[in-house]
Amino acid sequence: MSAENLVYTLNVNGTNREVKDSWVGESLLYVLRERLDLPGSKGACEQGECGSCTVLLDGDAVCSCLVMAATAVDSSITTVEGLISDTVMGETARTVSDVQAAFVTEGAVQCGFCTPGLIVAVHHLLDKNPSPNDIEVKEAISGNICRCTGYGRIFAAVNAVIESRGKNQQ
Amino acid sequence: MNASQTTTRTRDVLGTSALRPDGIAKVTGEFSFSSDMRAENMLWGSTLRSPHPYARIKSIDTTQALLISGVHAVITSDDVPGKLTYGLISSDQPVFAKDVVRYMGEPIAAVAADHPETCRRALAAIVVEYEVMTPLVDAELAILPSTPPIHPDGNLIRHQRIVHGDSNATGDIIVEGNYTIGMQDQAFLGLEAAMAFPDAGAQGVELHIATQWLHEDRGQIAACLNLPEDNVRLVLGGVGGAFGAREDISLQVHCCLLALRTGRPIKMQYSREESFFGHVHRHPATIWMRHHANKSGKIVKIEARMVFDGGAYTSTSPAVLINGITHTQGPYQCDNAVVDGYAVRTNNPPCGAMRGFGVVQACFAHEGQMDKIAEACGISPVKVRLINAMHTGDKIITGQIMESVAPVERCIRETDAIPLPPTMPDLVNALELPGGSGLTAERKNIVRGIGWGVSMKNLMYSEGFDDYATARCTLSNGVASLKFATSEVGQGFVTLAPQIARSVLGVDQVVQEVSDTQIGSAGSTSASRQTWMSGGAVDGACRLVRERMFEHVGKVHNIDPIRLLIDGTDVVDSIGDFRISVADATDGVTFSETFEHHHRKTEDLDENGQGNCHVAFAFVAHRAVVDVDCELGLVKVVQIATAQDVGRVLNPLSALGQLEGGIAQGLGLAVMEEIVLENGKVKNPSFTDYLLPTALDAPVVVAVMIEEPEPQAPLGAKGIGEPPCISVTPAIVAAIRAATGKALLRVPVRPQDICL
Repeated sequence: MSAENLVYTLNVNGTNREVKDSWVGESLLYVLRERLDLPGSKGACEQGECGSCTVLLDGDAVCSCLVMAATAVDSSITTVEGLISDTVMGETARTVSDVQAAFVTEGAVQCGFCTPGLIVAVHHLLDKNPSPNDIEVKEAISGNICRCTGYGRIFAAVNAVIESRGKNQQ
Repeated sequence: MNASQTTTRTRDVLGTSALRPDGIAKVTGEFSFSSDMRAENMLWGSTLRSPHPYARIKSIDTTQALLISGVHAVITSDDVPGKLTYGLISSDQPVFAKDVVRYMGEPIAAVAADHPETCRRALAAIVVEYEVMTPLVDAELAILPSTPPIHPDGNLIRHQRIVHGDSNATGDIIVEGNYTIGMQDQAFLGLEAAMAFPDAGAQGVELHIATQWLHEDRGQIAACLNLPEDNVRLVLGGVGGAFGAREDISLQVHCCLLALRTGRPIKMQYSREESFFGHVHRHPATIWMRHHANKSGKIVKIEARMVFDGGAYTSTSPAVLINGITHTQGPYQCDNAVVDGYAVRTNNPPCGAMRGFGVVQACFAHEGQMDKIAEACGISPVKVRLINAMHTGDKIITGQIMESVAPVERCIRETDAIPLPPTMPDLVNALELPGGSGLTAERKNIVRGIGWGVSMKNLMYSEGFDDYATARCTLSNGVASLKFATSEVGQGFVTLAPQIARSVLGVDQVVQEVSDTQIGSAGSTSASRQTWMSGGAVDGACRLVRERMFEHVGKVHNIDPIRLLIDGTDVVDSIGDFRISVADATDGVTFSETFEHHHRKTEDLDENGQGNCHVAFAFVAHRAVVDVDCELGLVKVVQIATAQDVGRVLNPLSALGQLEGGIAQGLGLAVMEEIVLENGKVKNPSFTDYLLPTALDAPVVVAVMIEEPEPQAPLGAKGIGEPPCISVTPAIVAAIRAATGKALLRVPVRPQDICL
């Protein structure tokens, strides 16, 4: 198998990470999870339908299961692990983003398997469009399947972030 | 792994929207799901599955697979040291098929290798010679004694009749229908995954597994491994949803066998396609019902015949069947009934537990019937349900007295009182039209419809099964520690358990120990039972510890312990001035108690289907508003109004999440979700072809929770997990019928059912 082995470097969450002994066919999702110790991105369909593996690739939200890792060498990759901002969430004394905090406080998390992908997708939406309407929110996350919540609390979480960011800008 | 979660939020007691203690870990990606586990020196495991629904295995040749570099083991049925079969009710499902395969996807062999890709190549190198046979795929054929058996246990898994009251009773109005329910998949997001660590010397194994019931798994695994149960330790891996699909064994035995064979940790995880073959589904069913009613619409008698297709192996089919037939009447009074029910074996994929467990199928039929009665009598869907509504004290068709609080009328009235959504504006975003992003529907073709569904659902296990739950509470220095084997699958028991401890003990800090088999069983996270059962166990253990604390405080401070009670975070003397914080009262001392909660005993049904077989019931009403493009057959569910009998709300935020989530799954069954079978072969084992509701499909949900505390329930709260997904399906279909005038006796309703 040695002929297929590769060594290459990926820029993930602002850091250059060397990938060794990789097979050329490995997806970005596999490399992130199994080789770079970043299991936050989840795999649930392997064909770009469920959005659990969503990462930012040069600022675009993509399904990392559909990206061949070795093709991402010249890109900047952001995973759920790289989203943490300076916001501090109350007594938990843990650093999380406003989107992450809202998902917890609004009850948008149940089993949590779809959550990291949704968190990335919502960050992406609100970075591009700070005040989306309801249908724009629904469309933006319609590529992220959640089987537990029925989406109601997810909409509530997104709306809470939109509202609080809007207030902070006033 | 020791203490897994610590919570220090202030006074998150029962009744508050306490937040999930695992929430932060889940939003940051730090939470460890079973598929996230890694270990030094681990190998990957993978399963070879049959491409045929029914075939004889003439030979299995693993030689070439074993020669591949990186392959460490290839195992078949010959390598199973203990029992060759497993199963929840009947041990009839092979660990690996040996002589015959009975469904598409049945496991034949498993491999362990250094990389998933090596596994794939090894599986491809195993040569299996089949003699393909004609599959038995018609459940009606499976009932006939003349049909050759596809399994040594025969094709009839269970037959049960219910004969109640006057079989000859009849009414002025007779309505009947033949209803069909398709095969739904639980489609949890977190695929089956596990990690097995072998003990040195291969005399034991530790399995980290995403499951609904650790102790049941352990018993079945140990028997197949031929190891004492004590040598098989199960630890709950992070579970990404379940909905019934993790009640049966999937990869558990295979993973342990490979670990014991190789002496190395084995990680297994299914792909989505494999997951469709690796777990049981909701039973497809055909149901004939005939209702006799008087002129005012009051039910006189119900006749029914239900056939549940159990697929190749038994799983929980006998219990699903009993749930189906004992809920024939739904939440309505009925004095006379004749019901015949069959669960049969076919070469279709095995079916078992899914949220609603047999009642989903019965409800689709009885709610269709209620609308037929209403139409025949010229009364509204609401009125026909109100005049027939069941009450506490009624006798149901099994002869059992409805002892549960039964606010059926109130569920209907409060749902009816929820405002209807505004009509669709003339200028509407195309994404909000039926068909959504397909952008094919036109505003002018849209017709709106309204429909109703009301249901009852049994809670906990039935027919004499003692599905008890165990919990231990330890209190020391003002910190409570809880230990139980309860599976947290996303439903929120890890939120509820500390709320109980805070309420009972007056502590704020609650530590939850890891869920594993190092304590007694908690029973399954299914049947809407863990709040009642494991909640009852945690409550009981905390109360025992509180007694110990009161005795201790009484002794130290010379007060009769009977006078002591908890006020906030203090122990206080109810008739004096004495007050001490729980932290000070437990400084330097430790109290630990274990409690088992058992529900009241139930009975088997007799040959006429009579007997007190169920523990308790919950009720719910749903009203659906849909927009339909009748030309294209596209449906948009606009609003679901619901009022649910919950007993008591212990966490409003969690409860709302259960209601909304269940409604989405019921919507899926109504208009989207079906495993499509062709001659026993699954045609759509992927999320591209098996469609799930997305954010754009989500209706507005307006929910009312009806709080009439249930005296039987330890916390006054009924289980709330299953009811939301049961009657929402017939409500949506009734709304589509109202919009289209079509009969629509089958779910899911497909575009061609509407427009052709």
